[in-house]
Amino acid sequence: MTSIGLRQRERVARPAPARRRRRSGERSGYLFILPASAHLLLFALVPIGFSLYLSFHEWSTPSFVHAPFVGLDNYRTLLHDGPFWSAMKNTAYYTVLSVPLGMAVSLAMALVVNQKLRGTRLFRAIFFMPVITSWVAVSVIWITLLSPNAGLVNYFFKVLHLPAQHWLDNPHWAMLAIVVITIWKGAGFSMVIWLAGLQGVPQELLEAAAIDGAGRWRSFWHVTLPLLAPTTFFLVVTGVIGGFQVFTPMYVITQGGPFGATDVAVYHIYQRAFQEFSMGYASAQAWVLFAVIFLATLVQLWFVRRRGESLLV
Amino acid sequence: MGRRDALVRFIRQAPAYAILIVVAAGMLIPFLWMITTSLQPTGATFSYPPQLLPTSFHLHNYAELFTLVPFGRYFLNSAIVTGATVIGQVFFCSTAAYGFARLSFAGRKVIFVLFLATMMIPFQVTMIPTFLLVFKMGWVNTYQGLIIPGVSSAFGIFLLRQAFLTIPREYQDAARIDGAREWTVFSRIFLPLVKPALATVAVFSFMGTWNDLLWPLLIARDEKMRTLELGLAYFNVSASAYQEPNWPLMMAASVVVLLPVVGVYLFSQRYFIAGISLSGVKG
Repeated sequence: MTSIGLRQRERVARPAPARRRRRSGERSGYLFILPASAHLLLFALVPIGFSLYLSFHEWSTPSFVHAPFVGLDNYRTLLHDGPFWSAMKNTAYYTVLSVPLGMAVSLAMALVVNQKLRGTRLFRAIFFMPVITSWVAVSVIWITLLSPNAGLVNYFFKVLHLPAQHWLDNPHWAMLAIVVITIWKGAGFSMVIWLAGLQGVPQELLEAAAIDGAGRWRSFWHVTLPLLAPTTFFLVVTGVIGGFQVFTPMYVITQGGPFGATDVAVYHIYQRAFQEFSMGYASAQAWVLFAVIFLATLVQLWFVRRRGESLLV
Repeated sequence: MGRRDALVRFIRQAPAYAILIVVAAGMLIPFLWMITTSLQPTGATFSYPPQLLPTSFHLHNYAELFTLVPFGRYFLNSAIVTGATVIGQVFFCSTAAYGFARLSFAGRKVIFVLFLATMMIPFQVTMIPTFLLVFKMGWVNTYQGLIIPGVSSAFGIFLLRQAFLTIPREYQDAARIDGAREWTVFSRIFLPLVKPALATVAVFSFMGTWNDLLWPLLIARDEKMRTLELGLAYFNVSASAYQEPNWPLMMAASVVVLLPVVGVYLFSQRYFIAGISLSGVKG
């Protein structure tokens, strides 16, 4: 309001210099956003358009040659592409396991760290170690930990009289192993976000619940958790988006194996585009993956909104 | 009395500490294992039971990294690519964020929304066409091919724009009355005021670039152009083809990859705290 009033007064008082000044202000505005805008155009907008173009063409070299227009053929082929859909299924399996389990583990960690104990800063730093470590290094470390004969994991299993496993050579275990590694790597990050959410839970409400005779468990379930709904929503949405884009552990640890058990969408697209050079077809796959991620996000938004409305009634 | 209180408190807190210690052990044991294995002589890795604490200090694995494999070159490549990307991000993101936050021009809102909208498009969609463009420009196997696609990000612009928005208008007006040019206002007055946010952008882009695998995998086809991450990944993929993977060497390589990240993390954590106290939150 005030800024509009100010601008009008300016226009009345000294029209010519103000306009000149605004125009020079405009020019410096454009100059300031020019580098990033040029970058956005070249490395985001053009590639997005180009990617759509590719998905309608049979582009099967890594270079520029004549690529015939094939209309929706790539998308039609894709509908009946068994390996692609099995990769999508593996991706969904990975996401559905790693997101809720990771959230539960990290929430438990956050609840413990959030108590007023000595040394929690040290524990926070320790829990953050796997977060800052790269996926490649994490993968290499876990390959040795999970080694059937000399690995530490099987050693612990033997000590506990549990059957040792060929974790990464067994189609049943390989994906579960990567899920566990994912939770180990990501729990510290989610914990920090849960902690931020916990800061917003008013102490008085918990005290009131305690006075009303609610135990720790009940007040967590009925007071803390509902108040953490925005944090929960954030972690689910970003977790699902991240889960559908997983690539590095599958590339380094299992190369999509054994028998395609850990072939996930991005690894599949990478193989199609950069091993077989089916650039057009792989682009169509990338768009289908994006559509699935987008739909999953919309469904979550819709679910939350519907629940929010029913709570109001 | 005091001693009894302490005892009661200890008993009440014991379960929480037990959980913390178990989880911390779970987080730290893989790292301890990495360091121990990196110090073992090559043949002794398959000892049983597995060694968690180092029994020997064979630094020759670290020496071999730089003689058997061009790890020095990988390290240099990672340093160049990451350093240039961080500098680029600070420049591109801060200038654009300043423009969006503090200057007015036609189409400002629309362009800013366009930036935000691209954050929704995942990397997999743009990776193939961006690779083809980089290929067309002849940038495969070059530093510019590794660096330039990553020098700007909508995330960084968004974060810095938020920081610039919190600064009172008077700073800008006062400098303008003094006749300072817009660039001087930006670089002398506004940039120093958003140091913590700049540090956040710098640290995030450092971590993201140093730890990245997928883009170097596409661009660095030549061994001489490999980054540390790529070198370590190839190391493992090719090592598994042999009968016995050289674990001590792989773990030594992991330590070398990890050290700069830990260093930057510890340093930047201190920087964040300094930034918060400088901006007057602490008083």
